Amino acid sequence: MEFEKYSLLELVDMLKSKKVSSEELTSYFIAQIEKKKNLNAVIEVFEDALSKAKEADIKIKNNENGKLLGIPVIIKDNILYKGKVCSCSSRFLENYVAQYNSTVVEKLLREGAVIIGRANMDEFAMGGSTENSAFGITHNALDYDRVPGGSSGGSAVAVAGGLCPVSLGTDTGGSVRQPCSYNGIVGIKPTYGRISRYGVVAFASSLEQVGPMTKTVKDNAYMLEILSGKSEFDETSSKEKVEDYLSAIKGKIQGLRIGVCKEIIESVKGMEVEKPFLEVINWLKDQGATLVDVSLPDYNLSLACYYIIAPAEATSNLGRFDGIKYSRRSEDAKNVDEIYIKSRSEGFGKEVKRRIMLGNFVLSSGYFDAYYNKAKKIQIKLKKQTEELFRKCDVVLSPTTGSVAFKLGSKNSDPVSMYKEDRFTIISNILGIPSLTLPFAKGEKDLPLGLQIMANSFKEGTIYNLADFIENNWEVK
Amino acid sequence: MQEYDIVIGLEVHAELSTKSKVFCSCKNEFGAIPNSNCCPVCIGLPGALPVLNKKAVELVIKAGLTIDSEINDLAVFERKNYFYPDLSKAYQISQLVRPICVGGELKLKNKIVRVNRIHLEEDAGKLIHSSGDAGTLIDYNRGGVPLMELVTEPDISSAEEAVEFLTKLRSLLVFAEVAECKMEQGGMRCDVNISVKPKGSNVLGNRTEMKNLNSFKSVYRAIEFESERQIELLEKGEKVVQETRKWDDDAGISYAMRKKETSQDYRYFPDPDLLAVRIKRDEVENIKRTLPLMPDELKKKYVSEFGLTDYDAEIITKEKFLINFFEETIKLHSNPKNVANWLITEILSKIKDEDQPNIKISPENLAKILNFIAEGKITRTVAKEIFAKVWEKDENIDALVKTMGGGISDDELENLILRIISSNPKAVEDFKASPTPEKQLKWFVGQVMKETRGKANAVKAEEKIKNILSK
Repeated sequence: MEFEKYSLLELVDMLKSKKVSSEELTSYFIAQIEKKKNLNAVIEVFEDALSKAKEADIKIKNNENGKLLGIPVIIKDNILYKGKVCSCSSRFLENYVAQYNSTVVEKLLREGAVIIGRANMDEFAMGGSTENSAFGITHNALDYDRVPGGSSGGSAVAVAGGLCPVSLGTDTGGSVRQPCSYNGIVGIKPTYGRISRYGVVAFASSLEQVGPMTKTVKDNAYMLEILSGKSEFDETSSKEKVEDYLSAIKGKIQGLRIGVCKEIIESVKGMEVEKPFLEVINWLKDQGATLVDVSLPDYNLSLACYYIIAPAEATSNLGRFDGIKYSRRSEDAKNVDEIYIKSRSEGFGKEVKRRIMLGNFVLSSGYFDAYYNKAKKIQIKLKKQTEELFRKCDVVLSPTTGSVAFKLGSKNSDPVSMYKEDRFTIISNILGIPSLTLPFAKGEKDLPLGLQIMANSFKEGTIYNLADFIENNWEVK
Repeated sequence: MQEYDIVIGLEVHAELSTKSKVFCSCKNEFGAIPNSNCCPVCIGLPGALPVLNKKAVELVIKAGLTIDSEINDLAVFERKNYFYPDLSKAYQISQLVRPICVGGELKLKNKIVRVNRIHLEEDAGKLIHSSGDAGTLIDYNRGGVPLMELVTEPDISSAEEAVEFLTKLRSLLVFAEVAECKMEQGGMRCDVNISVKPKGSNVLGNRTEMKNLNSFKSVYRAIEFESERQIELLEKGEKVVQETRKWDDDAGISYAMRKKETSQDYRYFPDPDLLAVRIKRDEVENIKRTLPLMPDELKKKYVSEFGLTDYDAEIITKEKFLINFFEETIKLHSNPKNVANWLITEILSKIKDEDQPNIKISPENLAKILNFIAEGKITRTVAKEIFAKVWEKDENIDALVKTMGGGISDDELENLILRIISSNPKAVEDFKASPTPEKQLKWFVGQVMKETRGKANAVKAEEKIKNILSK
């Protein structure tokens, strides 16, 4: 059987009704990983994957429950799974073994998932193409010459390339949604605080969330419910009640108020995505949704804002990689200062160093007010404008990216044009609001384009309902 | 020679008396096996996140209330970024822009020292430089222990005042159960900022900072040394260099550590892992209600309500253990002045030289002794003997009173008096004939005391003798 053709929910049923065993599924996907090794999506297949699958089979036999019982899952290489290497695709942590489980891994295991491996990514989640990994570039699942997007490129290719039914990524500025868009799958960046960050190696703490990456909207809704909830180990995780997202999917969008944001429409002009984007909006109106003109006057400042706040936090978060307690220590360091300087010079890649320097610059005395503080002020202003906006509408639509996946190596020499890849996704991280991407159109060479649905904080249910409606009724062209 | 003013500001760190660390649930404990009280959070493993221990905030609020600080309704934690091996995350979680407490003051004998702020932060680990091949080792047990930092305004002008300030602050913190302030364990540490200027001048001189002084004596000596060094420089026409200096207690000198102008930029910014702390007015009021009366207030109360002398009240209220003992004892003995007397003359003299003050008699037992005196059952002399015995070896007071003869009954006393009277007829006659019978009376009392070796109650004896002889 070609298990990659089934959705997660279908596989869950097949396991439950014992049409397939976890061992069969797991060995199938491990074989897939081996077969598609040239994609370089998965850094490591865990050696205990099959034995864990067999354990799951025993539980299935005993009619034990678990929403993911026996399901193979791949996690991004920055999510801690006790006893397994977690390298953040960096030389610095090449051999670092996680000492404890992240909350999301705990939740996966509690529901019986079989975590089969870790996916390649941009080093420390910094990048939009998975070309910044110390362990080689990952290729787009649909076009070998193109980037998979990033930073969760490996996780996206794992699902799109049929290496697993579901994967986890992390999204700090678009790192789940952009690769999902480039590979034609579904991914969400939930409301900030919806999922505990405990045990996820931090890049920019105030912006990032873990997000599930799946083939279908319903799969995604199913996963989000499993991953969400307050954790006592993460102050910033929210006490807000976790919805049953699947039952939020009603199959109808009558009366839904869709915000058509002036600034987004302007940004889209002239882009590959413009035509299908405008088409889908009009189609939704025909389907019974109400279109509302809205505005986020400072929308275009979010990118600048992001590239100040994120590096500032990153520079501090990455300080702990100092070669003292764990992580790589330079062999020819002769004193403490040399341990710091040499280990960090050797351990970090170019993009990481660029962001560390950027972050130190914006935080340094004399520049702090001009950069960091100003960015925080803009963030507050944007949040106020958003409150206003969501009084008028329930969701806002935007493309996830302006065009299809770009060619490998094409943006390496120009970091700013690479940063601009995130222009549509970053706003949700700056605002902390939920944001989902689903494939909705085809561009150049029939490669996918993603539609992004954003809603107010904790309104993931509304997003899933609309996304599912589009997935089932809109003809991708 | 030109006269100079010395200008001193202090930064005092005290480890808070919480059960667990400030951002994780590891034990806050001194002297444990190295790295045994550690977890992913306090050793800064990837992915670990801090979660605030609210008790630590409460203790800093308490500290603020004892010195009349204003309590901010919103306190924010920030990251202070720098690399050092004892700092596991390469940043210390501290507070810069919005500390928990702002302002406040501490009254010394002759001046008021203004406090700028008190904030909450985490302590760092400890480096252990081994002499052998092991090189430098790190113990992270102390990493993440809650620390309050109190910063004064530069209102202190001598080594004596600095020590007076620290002594008073320590007693407040100990008294309010905010911190134990065990200096020998590094539980209280002090940085001293010091500058000198020509007497009366409004222009402050360049200041130097001496870090981590961990005894009052070092603070005193370091200030004396440093102010003299600065004055000498100025006298020679040289400049004081703004710098951090290290005090070497053994050598009794300070030397330059690093120059301020090349000092680090800590790149503070709000810690995104921690929520801002909202401190509600009623929480502060609740904490206020749990505060015991502070030494100054107690002193006033002891003088006005109990009639203690200023001097006695001052001594007792200096130390928490004395206050506790005093308070316990006066619950069981109705004359506070007596208790104060005994506490100061008998007890304090016995524990003077001890590092760890330990009162080897319980408040119950002292009260018992004082009650026996008051009831006339024993004399002060006997009482002191009994007290000494109890101090040496915790003995039963009732038994002691019996065996040491303190418990002379009224009948025994009367029989003794009758015996003395009958065997001294001459003295009886003298008494009756004397124009000043008081003198003779004293002679009889003297006999009674001699016979009982001081154990009888002289007042009672005199009364009885008078009664019998006047019949």
